[in-house]
Amino acid sequence: MSDYQNPRSPESSHREVGHREQHGSLDTFPDPGLPEHKSRQADRDPRAAKRAERQVATLFGISAIGTIVALVVYFVIPPDGTTAGVRLSTLALGLAIAFALLGIGFGAVHWAKVLMSDHEKVDERHPIESDPETRTAAIAELEAGVKDSGIARRGVLKGAVISALALFPLTIAVPLVGSVGGDWNVSKFKHTLWKRGTRLAIDPSGRPIKAADVTIGSVVHVIPEASQEEMQSHEWITEKAKAVVLLVRLDPRDLKSDQSPEGETWSYDGIVAFSKICTHVGCPVALYEQQTHHLLCPCHQSTFDVADSAKVVFGPAKRPLPQLPITVDDEGYLVAQSGFHEPIGPSFWERLK
Amino acid sequence: MKALAARRHHRLAPVVLLLLALLVTGGVYAAFAPTPANAETASTEDIETGKKLFQANCATCHGPNAEGSDTAPSLVGVGAASVDFQVSTGRMPMQMDGPQALQKPRQFDEEQTAQLAAYVASLGAGPAVPTDEQVDASLGDVANGAAIFRTNCAMCHNAVGAGGALSEGKFAPPLWDTSERNIYQAMLTGPQSMPVFNDATITPEEKRDVIAFLVDQREGSAGGLSLGSLGPVSEGLWAWIVGMGLLVGAAVWIGAKSS
Repeated sequence: MSDYQNPRSPESSHREVGHREQHGSLDTFPDPGLPEHKSRQADRDPRAAKRAERQVATLFGISAIGTIVALVVYFVIPPDGTTAGVRLSTLALGLAIAFALLGIGFGAVHWAKVLMSDHEKVDERHPIESDPETRTAAIAELEAGVKDSGIARRGVLKGAVISALALFPLTIAVPLVGSVGGDWNVSKFKHTLWKRGTRLAIDPSGRPIKAADVTIGSVVHVIPEASQEEMQSHEWITEKAKAVVLLVRLDPRDLKSDQSPEGETWSYDGIVAFSKICTHVGCPVALYEQQTHHLLCPCHQSTFDVADSAKVVFGPAKRPLPQLPITVDDEGYLVAQSGFHEPIGPSFWERLK
Repeated sequence: MKALAARRHHRLAPVVLLLLALLVTGGVYAAFAPTPANAETASTEDIETGKKLFQANCATCHGPNAEGSDTAPSLVGVGAASVDFQVSTGRMPMQMDGPQALQKPRQFDEEQTAQLAAYVASLGAGPAVPTDEQVDASLGDVANGAAIFRTNCAMCHNAVGAGGALSEGKFAPPLWDTSERNIYQAMLTGPQSMPVFNDATITPEEKRDVIAFLVDQREGSAGGLSLGSLGPVSEGLWAWIVGMGLLVGAAVWIGAKSS
């Protein structure tokens, strides 16, 4: 009875059952062994067996019908291009296939449970370790093999085989590292597309923005102006991800401060522009509440006060959003005075400071 | 006349009188009831009626001449579009103070709303109520609307317009039941927490594209049950509770002995 249990320590297995009960340890529960075998209805009553057979047959029958329905649905209800049509077609096909597969599954399980033999079997647990003789024989064979190869004597062969094995992984490693990207220009992280005189344009259309067109309370999602061909290029799309800016016009009386140093003005008549990349982990910060002037990041709820230098008022971000210095050109369009004065986004190797 | 007087104590007399009284009341109402006016032609009369409505219903907070107060903004220059949005969605008059004015059954009918809008528009120039053509979704470009919506709106209103939470009890409402006209007006006027998207930022054509995109979302997702389009939380709940529950149930059934 205890053969299929874990081997106990000799001491405990020699103890008397009654002796152990006195100590009241967990061992006091005697092994109940296997429950008594109960015969099933289908074993006792031929009519029940017949009924079970019919149930299993019905389940397989449902599966067959499901398959036929699925085929019919495929031809009769093709997706017609409308949302509702696609949904109907997928739903009908999916339901039919579900019945086809579940019928087989339930049928097979039900068959095994009620009709196939139900005798309990015990597989006894063996130690994983091989017996000592097998182990000694295996080690002896390995040693004989090493001796036969003469690797200890033939130094050249030893060096050759180790070199070959060590070199081979390069065929995988070199292309892998190479395809990570040929661009190792780390200083790119420091700069964006913005430079002196770049016009601010509307994302995604690319129309430049006139200061007069931005009404108080407006929010504009801004990209650097570029030609339509340039905007299709891979480089530009990659760079755009860093250069996105959020432009807000406040009532100039509400604007408490911005990030411009003494003697400079980085905003224009209540218009301020901040990087849209969160200084926490780089999500696009864009939930702007017009009445509170708060700018929320959707990922971790960092909140920045646009009216007060985009300072962090809540959340895990540690730094204000970098401000893009702006002004207007001769034609009244908004332009950048310069690029950002610090790297945008989350800590870039502690901002290389 | 004498016959009438003789029968005045007849048991059906009160019924006849009641019917007559109802007829007269109905007739008088029909004669004097205001006929629906066209919203686009704001007459002096409309402005006058609108002013009276304003003073009776809005002046407590917005001031007798809509100049605003400590608790409510000035309405000079907000335009007819703003009034039409706030009043036709029931947000104004506000029921009570709260993080934001909530949508509720409208308190003024089309005509009264138009009169209020006419009055406020007369105080200072502001955006007008859009025309039917400007909000006709069938004329818009759904794909372009989707691009504009993703850039400008999706961060608050969700990628398919399911709405989302803001700070301190405020939220961006779902847009599936919002009328085309109200969507246009909201972009144009920036109600409450929402920023303004004027015609230079999102042109009238682009606004119509956005409306077309949102109208397209009303059909739901071709992928089937969207679970509220709320992302990983609702999907995770389904996968962990319903999906795993079914798997556990199946495992228990397979392992149980047959009787």
